[in-house]
Amino acid sequence: MTILSQTALQEIDEIRQNYPTARAALLPALYVAQREFGWLSPEAYAAVSDLLGVPPAIARGVGTFYAMYKNKPMGRHVVQLCTNVSCMILGAEKLVDFLKNKYGLEPGGTTVDNRFSLVIMECIGACGTAPAMLVNDDFYENLTEKYIEEILGKYQ
Amino acid sequence: MANVLLKNIENPNSADISEYKKVGGYTSLQKVLGKDPKSIIDEVKKAGLRGRGGAGFPVAMKWTFASADPKFPKYLLCNADEGEPGTFKDRPILEKNPHVLIEGMVISGYALGSEYGFIYLRGEYPAAKDILNKAIKQAYADNLLGDNILNKGVKFHLAVHQGAGAYICGEETALIESLEGDKGQPRIKPPFPVNVGVFAKPTVVNNVETLSNLPYIIEIGGEAYAKIGSADCPGPKIYCVSGHIEHPGVYELPMGTTLKDIIYTHCGGIKGGKKLKAVIPGGISTPVLPPDKIDCPMDFVNMPKHGSMLGSGAVIVMDESVCLVKVCHRALKFFEHESCGKCTPCREGTGWLRSILGRIEKGEGASGDIDLLLSIAANMVGKTFCPLGDGAASVVQNFIKHFRPEFEEHISAKACPNR
Repeated sequence: MTILSQTALQEIDEIRQNYPTARAALLPALYVAQREFGWLSPEAYAAVSDLLGVPPAIARGVGTFYAMYKNKPMGRHVVQLCTNVSCMILGAEKLVDFLKNKYGLEPGGTTVDNRFSLVIMECIGACGTAPAMLVNDDFYENLTEKYIEEILGKYQ
Repeated sequence: MANVLLKNIENPNSADISEYKKVGGYTSLQKVLGKDPKSIIDEVKKAGLRGRGGAGFPVAMKWTFASADPKFPKYLLCNADEGEPGTFKDRPILEKNPHVLIEGMVISGYALGSEYGFIYLRGEYPAAKDILNKAIKQAYADNLLGDNILNKGVKFHLAVHQGAGAYICGEETALIESLEGDKGQPRIKPPFPVNVGVFAKPTVVNNVETLSNLPYIIEIGGEAYAKIGSADCPGPKIYCVSGHIEHPGVYELPMGTTLKDIIYTHCGGIKGGKKLKAVIPGGISTPVLPPDKIDCPMDFVNMPKHGSMLGSGAVIVMDESVCLVKVCHRALKFFEHESCGKCTPCREGTGWLRSILGRIEKGEGASGDIDLLLSIAANMVGKTFCPLGDGAASVVQNFIKHFRPEFEEHISAKACPNR
């Protein structure tokens, strides 16, 4: 019995049609599983590996190689802040401190109320409007402390 | 010159197929279908188009190799894994002008004899994913993708494959591994992807910006295209400028516009009228330049003569307030994080470089540390499957080459002199 929902199974099946091999659907399938549970639990890996006929070690190897797969439970909203050079020279490090002081949000950590997790990113392609971050799938640019407060207020 | 790649992007609906068609979209495709595919490759050769991903490889040459390989099916992969720090040039094409890319890919696929394409899109661009998927759907509905494109018996299918946050997947063989459902670890070459690529079939990997040039090349012809910008690597080029600059952003300019012109004429100079300290001209992997070396044409041929590289055309401008040891340290933190771990000199070397730079930045550097950095860097260059290790080593070598006194000061003063 798989733990994936009917919608997820159908979506993975559709994705599978894009490729000549089942293995090639592994990355997108892991995304679907992650969306279902918020992270890739051992059960999620097992379900994807069963479904595509990919050995569990391979699925786990792939899921831990890429930065966007989450291998532990995340808060309700994932803040992904860039600190690479263009963002750094325009003050991203101060924003990291701000998140720590104001929300108790440490890089790689989750707030005690489970509202936010913080992931430090390597360049999200918003260098011209640095500093920048993603909250879940939404881009925010030209960040200041005040603007971050305003943004995070929208995510309860 | 008027925008070609970023044409119409001020229009809020520019990503819609009907808006794209209103400004001449898909007429180049109509023009080429039915012609001898080899004539398209000839046109690209005449145009002198070079790959815009960073290496500047002649596109027609890559295509000729793949086209001559007798194996089928052939695959056309669009590298949209824009991850080189400082780079955001492909994002406006993907988000605001997706049909120029799709048209470019169908034309390229036809030229190559390829019936299957994938856009390998970086995971950090979720908005682009939705926009591209919608654009692809529209193209299928208008019979511009599918089994019988424009009823000319031409087949080309296209799908988006979302990466998952690995810089290394911008390297073409790592991208292929990732598309096949594996960790993004580069393959040794040869065999080259043009002969043995994705699913062991002939594969062409081209950058978003490269493929987006195709409709224009067909529209005006290779000869006219070759007259734009630099003689040896012509065409329009998207430069993206960030850091301490008055007007950061993307600028589509003729290839070979000088770095100085980009900074001072097009971007309004250094933010707040401050003094320029250093420029990284083509994304973090390209050699940093001091202010007296920026009067150089930004193209693939001339930048190496001026001690750097065009790379992705991602200009990072740094003013006098910046500590360059700190920037170098941050860059190496990035390379250490993104090294795939396959080749020892890169996996270990990036970590060692980062660690030594870290102690110098903190004021804990030892007197032999600069020579130690250079020795480690020299032992990485040329000793890895892919250029990530070379890039990391070259960052350290060039920061020290141009700004050695700043590193020495950190060590002798046991602190950062910029604080």
